[in-house]
Amino acid sequence: MAKKRTVRTIPQERIPVSELDPFIRARNFEEVNCGYTESEAIRESERCLFCPDPKCIDGCPVSINIPAFIQKIGERDFRGAYDIITATNLLPAVCGRVCPQENQCEGVCTVGESLVSVAIGRMERFVGDLAITNGWINKPYIQPSEFKIGIVGSGPAGMACAADMAKAGCDVTVFEAFHEAGGVLRYGIPDFRLPNTVVDAEIEKLEQLGVKFECNTLVGRLFTIDEMIEELGFDAVFIGTGAGYPTLLGIPGDSLNGVLSANELLTRCNLMRARDFPNVDTPLPLGKHVVVVGAGNTAMDALRVSKRLGAETVACVYRRSKNECPARAEEVHHAEQEGIEFHWLANPVDILGDGNGNVRAVRCIHMELGEPDDSGRRRPVPIPGSEFEIETDEVVYAIGTNANPIIGQTSKLKLNKRGYIETDSNLMTSMAGVFAGGDIVTGAATVIEAMGAGRKAARGMKDFLGIRDIGPLRIDRSLFGIDAREHNFMRVRVGA
Amino acid sequence: MITHEKAVFARYEAFEILTRENYSEVTYMLEVHHPMMARAAQPGQFVIVMSHATGERIPLTIADFDRQKGTITLVIQAVGKTTKEMQQTCQAGTALYGMAGPMGIPSHVTNARRVICVGGGLGVAPVYPQARALKEGGAYVIGVLGYRTKDLIFWEDKFRAICDELIICTNDGSAGLKGFVTDGIKQAIAQYPDIDEIIAIGPPVMMKASAQATKPFGIKTMVSLNPIMVDGTGMCGGCRVKVGEKVKFACVDGPDFDGHQVDFDDLMVRLRRYKEEERAATERWSESCRMAQVPA
Repeated sequence: MAKKRTVRTIPQERIPVSELDPFIRARNFEEVNCGYTESEAIRESERCLFCPDPKCIDGCPVSINIPAFIQKIGERDFRGAYDIITATNLLPAVCGRVCPQENQCEGVCTVGESLVSVAIGRMERFVGDLAITNGWINKPYIQPSEFKIGIVGSGPAGMACAADMAKAGCDVTVFEAFHEAGGVLRYGIPDFRLPNTVVDAEIEKLEQLGVKFECNTLVGRLFTIDEMIEELGFDAVFIGTGAGYPTLLGIPGDSLNGVLSANELLTRCNLMRARDFPNVDTPLPLGKHVVVVGAGNTAMDALRVSKRLGAETVACVYRRSKNECPARAEEVHHAEQEGIEFHWLANPVDILGDGNGNVRAVRCIHMELGEPDDSGRRRPVPIPGSEFEIETDEVVYAIGTNANPIIGQTSKLKLNKRGYIETDSNLMTSMAGVFAGGDIVTGAATVIEAMGAGRKAARGMKDFLGIRDIGPLRIDRSLFGIDAREHNFMRVRVGA
Repeated sequence: MITHEKAVFARYEAFEILTRENYSEVTYMLEVHHPMMARAAQPGQFVIVMSHATGERIPLTIADFDRQKGTITLVIQAVGKTTKEMQQTCQAGTALYGMAGPMGIPSHVTNARRVICVGGGLGVAPVYPQARALKEGGAYVIGVLGYRTKDLIFWEDKFRAICDELIICTNDGSAGLKGFVTDGIKQAIAQYPDIDEIIAIGPPVMMKASAQATKPFGIKTMVSLNPIMVDGTGMCGGCRVKVGEKVKFACVDGPDFDGHQVDFDDLMVRLRRYKEEERAATERWSESCRMAQVPA
């Protein structure tokens, strides 16, 4: 019986993870966080206290059984760790990289109360990457059902719903408007945070489950949601079209050349690989002095991408202070290391042109925090007379997004006042058999929340269609002489 | 809503070009096989096309669609690297790498009784389906087509078949009326005091001039805007245009807008955004073509 761990007996420091040198990495798109090695992951697993009442599980939006998978890592049963994670989270290699763990599992970790919390995210990523390298896939015996499911949008919400419905035996097709699948994982999150090879690998795993991906398909226009149900033979539909419509500041100079949304910058750079221009055809705006407005994860991505594209100076302008900044802590930290300047408590009022339609400077005003607004955060208030100018030839807006309008325009689905799709508690929309989840319902949120919504909608869909789900098969000892590790089990339905 | 055939899903590995025709040294036509797109396409809509995996995404208006044959028609002008390269590589029997659509809000075909449909240069192609739809709706359609010179004229027959009257304008006077489409518009307005609506499509400077020409008469003038686009689905804002006091995205709020409200000057400035990169890319590409022709 192993000696019970206490906060004093576990390794006191978090096992550090290798990262690329900031000076070098700021000029290339290599992944910055190199991930744990096997021995590092095992060592970090020794820091978990296996609390009798694990708060981390509740901290996770999809309630991964965290202590259980950490224990498997400690036992060197990495496949077992993968099985546990994928019982609830489809894409550990993605989530281990992009979840804001500090606000989720790691934020409520018991160890974190006196020391630095257990590095749950890094261990999850380690397991996810190992699964990709080794080609692990949990492909249960799938008894085909006669149901045909359509998924609109190949981002995290759609992928998660697709996986669950495929595992329930349905014929699943995922429709994607772009020429490559992945949604925000592909066009939004840059390679140095989430390599496209990881996205490719996860898509391939879904294809192995029988999911079909149809790109170049703009649902709503090529065919409507109604037509999917009434003419194309789909029994149920999930809408995960996201909230990509960028918000603009609406200040003078908004439409000058050199002002663009972060979505445009990232789509050109990531999806269209414009960073390789002229070896690819899509050009990029290449400013020498870039200013990004906003301080969420998208803003951090825009800042760090601009640095890598060769900008001499890259600055962030955010109207609140660093404490209120919504970006993932690791991203802000990495951005600072890479030499990005931060103008906290500043807001643009005017974008100035050079007379030829191009940006030459942005005039900002200093802000101070006043009374709290509806979100509970203190409202920033301009300080009169405190204007200052930043010389710039490229201004990137990363100040939020709105619902993608196409499904709303082409269907009679009930939308809320801000254009997002209304759903009931099972994520079903106002049209029977049509479900929705992710940013198109909640507004811009995170990858893991989108996946959680996809899974929740899948549960609602199975209920709606009358699919009785037997649930995932959990075997942790050998049965009939077959070792659990052989993953050789078939699920057989007995009786009528 | 126009009734159509029941939807049938088919998967396409690539988008085959069935027919290729050259209308001039710079203008060419592609007829692309895509039965689902042909079924869904409405006047005014466009597609976004990639000719190869490392290509750009470019918007092209759907100039015609044949629901029986299952094809859509694109008319392209070779002005930059991508369109010049496509002029070489997109022959019948080849395929496009990516094509998504039909994008944009379909043109609102009204109950207008007498309309003028104006096409300037390449704009002749995208105005065709709108003119045809208006004709099918019972309107009296006056077509005004403008070209620089006689050799650049295309689709005259197609328009004669659907227009009640056709005015051809050439800048150099080599055919039809000598002048610009605005001269044709003014002629038509002078002849018919009861014009309900005008549709004008072509280069921004032409659409601006057409809108200015009709404004004193207070005739509703719809234009179709052609800003630079990347995704075409409303998520990047690259195609934003100023219409009245508002900012609209041409790909999901347009591409048709009220010509009297559009800030054309802003559109023309924003269209110049990648002028340098475009020029350099075209030069590089021309250079590589020349080098490919040099015998080893």
